[in-house]
Amino acid sequence: MQINDFLNHTTEWLKGTGPHSDIVISSRVRLARNIEKSSFPQWANKKQSKDILDIIEVAAKRIDYLKETTIFHLADMDAVDKQFLIERHLMSHEHAQKTDSKAVIVDDEEIISIMVNEEDHIRAQVMQSGFNLFEGWNIMNKIDDFLSQELPFAYSSTWGYLTACPTNTGTGMRGSVMLHLPALVMSRQINQVLAAISKLQFTARGLYGEGTQASGNFFQVSNQVSLGHSENEILENLNGLIRQIIEQETQAREIMLNQNRAMLEDKIHRSYGIIQNAHIISSQETIELLSMVRLGSDLGIIKDMDRARVNELFIMILPAHLQKLEKRKLSSQERDIKRAELIRSRLGK
Amino acid sequence: MLCNICNKNQATVHLTEIIDDQMNELHLCEECARNKSVQMEQQFGLADLLAGLTEFGKVPEEKDSPEIKCPNCGLNFKEFKKVGRLGCSDCYNAFKKYLAPLLKRIHGSGVHAGKAPVGVAKDVKKNSEMQELRQSLQKAIENEQFEDAARIRDVIKDLEKKEKA
Ligand SMILES: [Zn+2]
Ligand SMILES: [Zn+2]
Repeated sequence: MQINDFLNHTTEWLKGTGPHSDIVISSRVRLARNIEKSSFPQWANKKQSKDILDIIEVAAKRIDYLKETTIFHLADMDAVDKQFLIERHLMSHEHAQKTDSKAVIVDDEEIISIMVNEEDHIRAQVMQSGFNLFEGWNIMNKIDDFLSQELPFAYSSTWGYLTACPTNTGTGMRGSVMLHLPALVMSRQINQVLAAISKLQFTARGLYGEGTQASGNFFQVSNQVSLGHSENEILENLNGLIRQIIEQETQAREIMLNQNRAMLEDKIHRSYGIIQNAHIISSQETIELLSMVRLGSDLGIIKDMDRARVNELFIMILPAHLQKLEKRKLSSQERDIKRAELIRSRLGK
Repeated sequence: MLCNICNKNQATVHLTEIIDDQMNELHLCEECARNKSVQMEQQFGLADLLAGLTEFGKVPEEKDSPEIKCPNCGLNFKEFKKVGRLGCSDCYNAFKKYLAPLLKRIHGSGVHAGKAPVGVAKDVKKNSEMQELRQSLQKAIENEQFEDAARIRDVIKDLEKKEKA
């Protein structure tokens, strides 16, 4: 697989399928793992980092389950390609800094990604479309078992998996669910929901824009605690919390449809109108408008639109994706024009 | 991880923002996040989010942590406190005294309850199997069920032979 092949492929988390995909964009399970006695990436010298990369690369090649994967060495990649992988959620922003002996292993379906030498020697993630944490965990668990047969993982019977940061010690697991919560935001109930989440030892992070403008109504909810509970318990708890949030968003959507239908339809159709006709548009404005279009399609207010097409636009309009589509570097102003062109060609009449 | 704005405090709030068309990950300390959140508090209730995060990243007092060094990687405890990242898996043992309460504070528990690496999992299973067999052997002898006891003893012998092989 070449990096450009991903461009013609809908990444797993934007497929718009899976349980509750009207509200839940994607579910992700990630594990942090380290090699016994080797310096953690932050403190390792050049030679140590290179050795770690080599043994992990060899181990991954021996695992049949990881046959359909490609390894990308970040030191060999240009800035746009690295940004491209970040935009597709295949690696973190941190991973693109100081790229010596760093790599990411990605499967053809973009379900599995394994970062080597990020904060820990191994940061593996499994992505699932929709509300699907347990399927994500099943796959992740299998990969972890295979890796642990090839590599001497740092593990203690008291503290579990030993990670660079003590906030990940234990299971080394973080389950995350990305949610689209426009009705809770519009009805100003989101504050209470977020407050409740943090009281329950979970974190929520938002995708937000400049100044006072919130953008896109997307939130990612994850577990904070990784020690003292089994992987299943942690995911059960997260699962229960997400169920409640889905319930609240569903109710908020119903109330708006019943009590504020005209306002809602106006907002959605205006958004759809602007996005289909704009000739210059920023990524932030696009994400805000797409959020409304997506809501309109979920509620049946916009009828001729399928979710996968809206979803795909959420990453196609980002800087590195636009530049890959155009096959050249684009300035910020050029991108705003190309972005509008792309959206018109995909959503226009 | 240190805060991206002040570069002094531990980052406890993680955000993604879009500025001038670029998506950035922001890692902020509580204080800087609070400043940044003033404008968008209404939409996101960041202050509420922060309320739950204040316990993060606190480490024992300076006077309680003299010069201890990890014998494997050489990291000393002061460096760990500054950066918040351990040096290697052996650091856990070297800094045990200080890490144990820290882990408890972060997670509300100090004992792992999740999975183990494949080899380790097998060992644990083997050990508990053996323990169970020994217990039933004991019981059989106490109850004078000598036929059962002989059978159990054979099973144990078999297992021990396999382990040596
Ligand atoms: Zn700060
Ligand atoms: Zn160490």
